[in-house]
Amino acid sequence: MKILYFAWLRTSIGKSTEEITPPVEVKTVGDLLNWLPSLGENYASALEKRDLLRIAVNQEYAELDQIIKTGDEVALFPPVTGG
Amino acid sequence: MIRVQQEDFDVGLELRKLTENNHSIGGVASFLGLVRDIASDENISAMTLEHYPGMTEKLLEEIEAEAHQRWELDASLIIHRYGRMEPGEQIVLVVTCSKHRKDAFESCEFLMDYLKTKAPFWKLEETSKGGKWVDARDSDDDAASRWHEE
Repeated sequence: MKILYFAWLRTSIGKSTEEITPPVEVKTVGDLLNWLPSLGENYASALEKRDLLRIAVNQEYAELDQIIKTGDEVALFPPVTGG
Repeated sequence: MIRVQQEDFDVGLELRKLTENNHSIGGVASFLGLVRDIASDENISAMTLEHYPGMTEKLLEEIEAEAHQRWELDASLIIHRYGRMEPGEQIVLVVTCSKHRKDAFESCEFLMDYLKTKAPFWKLEETSKGGKWVDARDSDDDAASRWHEE
């Protein structure tokens, strides 16, 4: 599964993208957000404020209960500030 | 039509290209967004816009299609830049063309409101204290949410 990080999530985690293989119990976006902090302190602190996280699966906005699978592109980012 | 690009754009030229061969257009509304030199009482020397290539284009195409469904439009254009920009530079251009002004005005505002709350862009401001990611504003969410009620 390909994960992308943007804006301050990218700078605090320290990378813009990575390939991950979460354990089989990780079935939804919410599961993924619960599991990612186990990868390190930088993940834990970046993902601490849940209300500041937006998630896209395959480039579409997704909710926490959305099912994710191998081969998906999951992006994590803060609320957008363009325009 | 939508374009996500690093380069600057020429508003006059874009307006001309959009309208020159379409004489059913009676009114054109446009919004041009610029980089300001002050935000939250701090001087800004530059701003860098990061975006999510692929999703950005997809989102902009979706909101443009929605505007064409809701209003009678003959043409439209969204240009959004990314990369580093200094105060005074052009960031975003939204143009809507219609037979009558009401559709053009309303859809232009709709597109900007939606773009601000949906399109995956993030602003990093350069100040004397270093770089600072801009926080999203509730007022932008409020502006976008009023379009649900109609």
